[in-house]
Amino acid sequence: MSDDVKIRVLVNRDVCVSAGQCTRVAPEVFDQDDEDGLVVVRQEYPGSELATRVEEAVRLCPARAIAMERS
Amino acid sequence: MTSSDQPVVPVPPAYPMKRVCPVDPPPEYARFRDEQPLVRIRLWDGSEAWLATRYQDVRQILFDPRFSIMPSRPGFPFVSASRASMLKGEKHNFAFMDPPEHTGLRRKLTGMFTVKKVAEMGPAIERIVKDLIDAMEASGPPTDLVAAFALPLPSLVIADLLGVPYEDHSVFQECARQRVDLTVAPEVSLAAGDRIFDYLDGLLRRIEADPGDGSTLLSRLAIEHILPGHLAHEDAVGMARVLLLAGHDTTATQIGAGMLALLQNPRQLQELIADDALIPGAVEEMLRYATIAHHNAPRVATEDVEIGGQTIRAGEGVLASLPAANRDPAAFPDPDRFDVHRRAQHHVAFAFGPHQCLGQALARLELQIAFRGLLKRLPSLRLAVPEDQLRFKHESMTFGVLALPVEW
Repeated sequence: MSDDVKIRVLVNRDVCVSAGQCTRVAPEVFDQDDEDGLVVVRQEYPGSELATRVEEAVRLCPARAIAMERS
Repeated sequence: MTSSDQPVVPVPPAYPMKRVCPVDPPPEYARFRDEQPLVRIRLWDGSEAWLATRYQDVRQILFDPRFSIMPSRPGFPFVSASRASMLKGEKHNFAFMDPPEHTGLRRKLTGMFTVKKVAEMGPAIERIVKDLIDAMEASGPPTDLVAAFALPLPSLVIADLLGVPYEDHSVFQECARQRVDLTVAPEVSLAAGDRIFDYLDGLLRRIEADPGDGSTLLSRLAIEHILPGHLAHEDAVGMARVLLLAGHDTTATQIGAGMLALLQNPRQLQELIADDALIPGAVEEMLRYATIAHHNAPRVATEDVEIGGQTIRAGEGVLASLPAANRDPAAFPDPDRFDVHRRAQHHVAFAFGPHQCLGQALARLELQIAFRGLLKRLPSLRLAVPEDQLRFKHESMTFGVLALPVEW
């Protein structure tokens, strides 16, 4: 992926089920709230080198609570 | 005799189907996946349901809120008389509730099962694994790996996590077995659940009276949720029971099934011994290849839903088959081959959707530490009996080896 492609991470905490798949595959981008395990975005605009792992998090999320936008 | 103007309705095949090769799901699944990805099946009581065998369909069913997990809904598919009696009679079990009730209860536990929180248990799990292997070495080969290692490890871990005395584990072990055994009399599985409920009811009442410092799960549950009035005592007992029983059967069965896959693939076993960085990927492949929750996941449609071109009518039951999905070539090329180098982490061994396994981070950590320890300490591990003498838990909710005699 070329460096001028920007990615943005969007999450929906209302549907998150705290499975932790995103934190497992892309811990630079995602974390879990200590109280309820709900997804926390550490980087809304991560470097494009993380796009593959963010895509994996999107694919693995059992609640389909994560989306990735490219611009 | 059927008259010519009446279509002959074939009798649906009986579920469960039989395994031919014990490490593979029943061979019919591959044919269904090709020909009828949603197929009618006949259950033990003559009732019918759908069996879903494709990866995409299984994920869609488990994600779609129009499918309910509530056993009280007419049409919910039970795989045996014992399961029907147990699940219908059970109260306060959040694992069998739909959102939003399920969401509210699950979120009182999720903070204790995050990837970070579970990682803190690593040193304790490593110590347990070390002690169990020390004991195996002290008594010497041959040993049944199931009895000496696979069963006690998760029991010790969950007892530690919850704050339940391990001395009582034989009670939990037996009740856990009875609740997943499809052949026990219905009243036995129900009584097993009640026995655990009563035990935990008493334990939790003592913890509520003297909650301690919140360092165990039940103590934290009491301090943060029960005592402030956010969680009913009975719901907390129900939660504790789900966790205790899940901790006694699933991980144990997976350790045995995973080790068998490695012993059947000695070249891959050698690779893991040489490079333990391969172990996390190997554990994902074990979860995919040997999907122990082989009768999950049951749901019932609450309205008409189209899945894979087939309309499921409101009130019809569906078994979204986890082992079938995990052997779908559309998701996993050459699916019947065990391959620790495969990128398998999109498997559905922990199901999918809002009910995806709450304890999956803990299960992964236990499995990784277990295999790392076993392969490092006992690298010459091998079967102590011919493979065809192994016996399997066919009549159980979780499929695996009954015993795994090994030597080293």
